[in-house]
Amino acid sequence: MTKPFHGQLLGRRQVRAGIISGAAVMAGMAVSIGAAVYALLAAAAEFSSGTDPVFTAYIWSVTRFTLLQACLSTIISIGLAIPLARAIARRQAFAGRKWLLRLLAVPIGLPPIVAALGLIEIWGRQGIVNHALIALGMDSPVSIYGLAGILIAHVFFNMPLAARLLVSQLERVPAEHWRNASQLGLGQWAVFRLIEWPFMRSHLPAVSGLVFMLCITSFTLVLLLGGGPAATTIEVAIYQALRFDFDPQRAVILALIQLLLTAFLLLILTMIGGSPDEQATLGQAAKRYPGRGVAARFFDYGLIGLCALFLLAPLVSIAISGLSADFVRLLNEPVVWRAIFTSLAIAAIAALISVSIAATLVRARYAAMPLAYDYPWARAFRLSASGASSLVLLVPPIVLGAGWFVLLRNRADIFAVAPFIVITINAMMALPFTVRVLEPAHTTHMARTARLSSALGIGGLDRLRLIDWPGMRRSFLLAMAFAMALSLGDLGAIALFGSQELITLPYLLLQRMGSYRTNDAAGLALILGIVCLVLMIFADQGRKSGEAGAQL
Amino acid sequence: MIGQPLVLDAVRLVRGSHAMTFDVALDAGASAAVIGPSGAGKSTFLNVVAGFEQPDSGRVWIGGTDVTGADPADRPVSMVFQENNLFSHLTVAINVALGIRPRLSAGPADRETVANALARVGLQGFEDRMPGTLSGGERQRVAIARAIVRRKAVLLLDEPFAALGPRLRRDMLLLIKKLQAETRMTMVFVTHQPEDAARIADTIVFLDDGRTVASGKAEGFLDRRDVAGLADYLGETEY
Repeated sequence: MTKPFHGQLLGRRQVRAGIISGAAVMAGMAVSIGAAVYALLAAAAEFSSGTDPVFTAYIWSVTRFTLLQACLSTIISIGLAIPLARAIARRQAFAGRKWLLRLLAVPIGLPPIVAALGLIEIWGRQGIVNHALIALGMDSPVSIYGLAGILIAHVFFNMPLAARLLVSQLERVPAEHWRNASQLGLGQWAVFRLIEWPFMRSHLPAVSGLVFMLCITSFTLVLLLGGGPAATTIEVAIYQALRFDFDPQRAVILALIQLLLTAFLLLILTMIGGSPDEQATLGQAAKRYPGRGVAARFFDYGLIGLCALFLLAPLVSIAISGLSADFVRLLNEPVVWRAIFTSLAIAAIAALISVSIAATLVRARYAAMPLAYDYPWARAFRLSASGASSLVLLVPPIVLGAGWFVLLRNRADIFAVAPFIVITINAMMALPFTVRVLEPAHTTHMARTARLSSALGIGGLDRLRLIDWPGMRRSFLLAMAFAMALSLGDLGAIALFGSQELITLPYLLLQRMGSYRTNDAAGLALILGIVCLVLMIFADQGRKSGEAGAQL
Repeated sequence: MIGQPLVLDAVRLVRGSHAMTFDVALDAGASAAVIGPSGAGKSTFLNVVAGFEQPDSGRVWIGGTDVTGADPADRPVSMVFQENNLFSHLTVAINVALGIRPRLSAGPADRETVANALARVGLQGFEDRMPGTLSGGERQRVAIARAIVRRKAVLLLDEPFAALGPRLRRDMLLLIKKLQAETRMTMVFVTHQPEDAARIADTIVFLDDGRTVASGKAEGFLDRRDVAGLADYLGETEY
């Protein structure tokens, strides 16, 4: 750990430039988000003077279902993650443990639409599970569409996330505790109550809050797996209101409800300690002395095996069905190439914007740091610069999109400005992640070089070229990869603004799924999945070695 | 509570690139200090006795019993670490009572045993305190109180006072010496301070480069000239 140095390390001009550019970026963000929220509020005020009832039964039922599925998804995900994390932490040395931990990271990096396709292949009408159930004597197949499917998909995404966070928490237990426990002859239950549960419990509110937030704002999975009005969440209902029913009033009300929900959740999340951080989980962990009993072993490995199967099956299925797609024909379609190029272009531009905004905010926070000890305004400025990146969480992409949709609907050709809107939304969406990559890297970098460079009088462009770029290049590229993967896999913004003129890979995939061209869909999903995973793996590897480097 | 002889008979193990050989015999009720340079294998030595490390060959005897393959819980051994000896969310009394039986509630008889043990380490009335409210020295006293109620034949101390100041360390050493004299446990403690060894041990074991180079009576041990590496470790070699 480098001790923070509180002196003035930047020149007067650099401080001013840093703060002014930070303020400009924040103003830009405030305007773009504010405009959307303002448009929603203004439209709502306009509607409420009308005669139609604002809160229809439909809106209530959608809201109720949104909360219901999020609650159930969170409970099941966490409920499974606790024993899984415990089993993984207890069994320190089994073949494939490293791969299992990597497998747990895969769903987060997978575009939801790809995962949904894989899940349908396994759990759907024609899937393995239904074949097995019918072979076992069930009369009719179980449908994946509806609440069950949404829950399976949310557990698929969030259970591994929660398990990883909890495993990293368990690996923070001091080695002496395990030794004490084994010397005192504590049984499994006592070890759980004395050591494992207290260590996990302190993290559970934050982990559950995060999972709940992700389930409330999940769009793609519900769009693909939800079934009709009975199983629709607010975000999907907004999309349907805007794209199919041309009912802006309903969209506005729903968007405002969603805004209230996320604001409330974000408030609670902040109060319980923000988002949980993950320590590197692959490092050398404490030696454990778990029970040698057959039952304990059977339970642990059984659970690990089942979870691995649950996560692997859809991935394998995507690979198999993807590989059997007719790539020759697929790659001969101009629209496929157009989608690939559009996706890459949007992702690259959005990532560049996102990283630039993040860098400006991080720099502004740093520049204002020494001033914050003397001036309240500098403290407030630093706080709002860090708040700016989480402001994005407050306004989910669909809500943001709905706001602009309403704002522009009578003023401009929405589909002409669509690419810009999609790029902006994708850039903002990635902002919390890019800031999280850049901020620690920048802090370490400055701690290492700031005093030396100011002592040597290196400044301006020289400093950027000789010191900052070589030192930060790696983090910039990682943040870019992260942002690109997120943008490539995004279906939220493009679902609202996509058209025959603006087609991305996920959008094309959605169209092919909608027209039951499953073979095409499988091929596209494979391409999209591989590109995103490669980007995510690159980002993840770099993040870990970057952290290790930061400790030097 | 009576100590048992502790014998490590040609114990060998390889950890990474380090090969270690431990060969030592301690009498019942001995008070042995393990000294030696960093990386000499002092902690590994204790871990082998406690069962946290398994030797590749050789035997570990406590009393007349071969405990080489036994689980840590099945050995008549208590161990006090340098830190993290207590569960921070449990009271002092429960932390000590865990040494009697691994349950979260203590009966009246147990409560009296715990109170006695706490009194013996100078912590009367500390039963309901939480570990977080104690000083470093007090926390180590609680850990020692737990070792007392466990009534095991061998007590292992892995630099338990290294983080304490000189005055506190001296007090703790005197306390340990007194308790050891009362209980006659066989005690083995690792220390970085040869003067600690001289102060309370009757036997000294000198480790160097993963080997037990020599062991013997504490009296005059540090002045011995026949122990390879000892003078070097003590900083007494001539330039």
